[in-house]
Amino acid sequence: MTELDGLYALWYREFKVFLREKSRIVSSLFTPLLWIVVFGGGLGSSVSLGGTNYQVFIFPGILTMTILFSSIFFGLYIVWDKRIDFFKEVLVAPLSRLTIFAGKMLGGCTDALIQASLMLAFGVILGISYSPQMVALTMIFMLVLASAVVSIGLIIGSFMESPEGFNLIVSFLVFPLFFLSGALFPIDNLPSWLRVFTTLNPVTYAVDGMRGTMLGISSFPVIMDLGVLLGFAAVMIVIGSIAFSRMK
Amino acid sequence: MTMNDFSVTPNREFGEVVIQTSDLTKKFGHIMAVDHINLSIREGEVFGLLGPNGAGKTTTLSMLATLLKPTEGTAKVNKHDIVKESDAVRRSIGIVFQEPSSDDILTGKENLYLHALMYGVQSNVRQQRIGEVLKLVDLEDRAKSQVKTYSGGMRRRLELARGLLHRPKILFLDEPTLGLDPQTREHIWEYIRRLADQERVTVILTTHYMDEAERLCDRVAIIDDGKIVALDTPEKLKQIVGGDIVRLRIKNPKLSPIKELPYIVKVEQTDDFVLLTVKNSSAHLQEILSLVGNAESVELRTPTLNDVFLNYTGHEIREADAEGGFFERASRARSSGK
Repeated sequence: MTELDGLYALWYREFKVFLREKSRIVSSLFTPLLWIVVFGGGLGSSVSLGGTNYQVFIFPGILTMTILFSSIFFGLYIVWDKRIDFFKEVLVAPLSRLTIFAGKMLGGCTDALIQASLMLAFGVILGISYSPQMVALTMIFMLVLASAVVSIGLIIGSFMESPEGFNLIVSFLVFPLFFLSGALFPIDNLPSWLRVFTTLNPVTYAVDGMRGTMLGISSFPVIMDLGVLLGFAAVMIVIGSIAFSRMK
Repeated sequence: MTMNDFSVTPNREFGEVVIQTSDLTKKFGHIMAVDHINLSIREGEVFGLLGPNGAGKTTTLSMLATLLKPTEGTAKVNKHDIVKESDAVRRSIGIVFQEPSSDDILTGKENLYLHALMYGVQSNVRQQRIGEVLKLVDLEDRAKSQVKTYSGGMRRRLELARGLLHRPKILFLDEPTLGLDPQTREHIWEYIRRLADQERVTVILTTHYMDEAERLCDRVAIIDDGKIVALDTPEKLKQIVGGDIVRLRIKNPKLSPIKELPYIVKVEQTDDFVLLTVKNSSAHLQEILSLVGNAESVELRTPTLNDVFLNYTGHEIREADAEGGFFERASRARSSGK
């Protein structure tokens, strides 16, 4: 009971902070919108892929990007928390480290999902017609991806002492994950060296699954995409819990 | 508020032992931060750990609060071992850190609500408890403001309220009035005293302020270089100095006849000053002044804990150094080749 209350407390804190920091929401949506409107719109005026306008083609990729960036940078807050001693108060509470990790992780997922849902709504303007099943399945993909990537952010954050160090490591990680995911191009006809990277990149399966769900274009069966993503998330959550239990 | 309001009632009854340390030790690399400390503290006591920065006060507190693992030795807090039963220890303690640890984007009340959830305060008494502690620290009217709008004193009071919310048996306070204005310090002292007297909470605090230790604590342990050098009530510690302090501003004092006097305990000389420790000073001041020569000024005072500290350690607590601590000590250890 206490653990559940504690889990709720940690989530509630993240949620409240998120709601009060409105600038976070605006700034986190600015970059993806720029990609969709300017890059997608510009290239889309002369390019179409798989019978779909380029702007629409990259939309699932940009949704992935929204989640990827906001989720991984969520780990930065833990570096700040450690600095201002707020976290000491949490660590000394009679709660298991698994609960603390799960609370933080769910808080991060909530942030990322709210931002991604706002982006998802933007799809209507692009002319994508949503069905309830389609929205539900897309949300599931977004949630599983967010839980995996928030965990990565928290793992890195739990080891880092300074925000600068965190940013350095994360930018080395987040850009390859994004560019090698097929967010911006189809992955079927890639040169074999590039194909190795995209196949190994778990984010590829998030993009592919969402694109399959929303546009009916996919390189793998959607159910396989979901399976790979679930496995990835499970591994990251386990590592995250271990990282938190070792944290002082 | 007069000084007497804080003085210890003689013969105050303390309960059973709630904290017992046995050779509690912490090393950071080669530095002995805490060196085989043995303490026993009883229920309802306000116990002070007094010493300069880097003496090992905060490290001791962190080990008792299960934030740090001891290198050697252990302690029992509320009958639970700090190493083997850290969860049980955490449930019986409250801790207020030196640095503010409330979330300043949230309101005071939200911070308390989160704390109540994390410390397992039952849902049917949550709101009532939050109301109680807010009242105790006089923050009812600002409960719904974000903490970032609070003054330093208000933040401290909020932390104190949070430390009390789950009714811990034992409350740890790390430098509870560091950097606060005199009026707020008086208030906080009053709250802490009330807690111990009325709620029977055992309070262990660290401080490097002499007046705080003197006016608030039932017993004080003086810590220097990780060791306890003295432990007693403030009154008894002061008696150890052996008399009152007479400070004379004087050039070319005649000290040899003074040193012969039977009621003189100690004579120290620095530049333009002579510092005398004198038994029953008011009766002998006239004689001292007639023997010592032409003094420009005379100051007579009862000993403070600062004099006690000086007496035991040979150096003063420098109250000006509010920051530093561990690193300062590390560099001191390095330069002295320890």
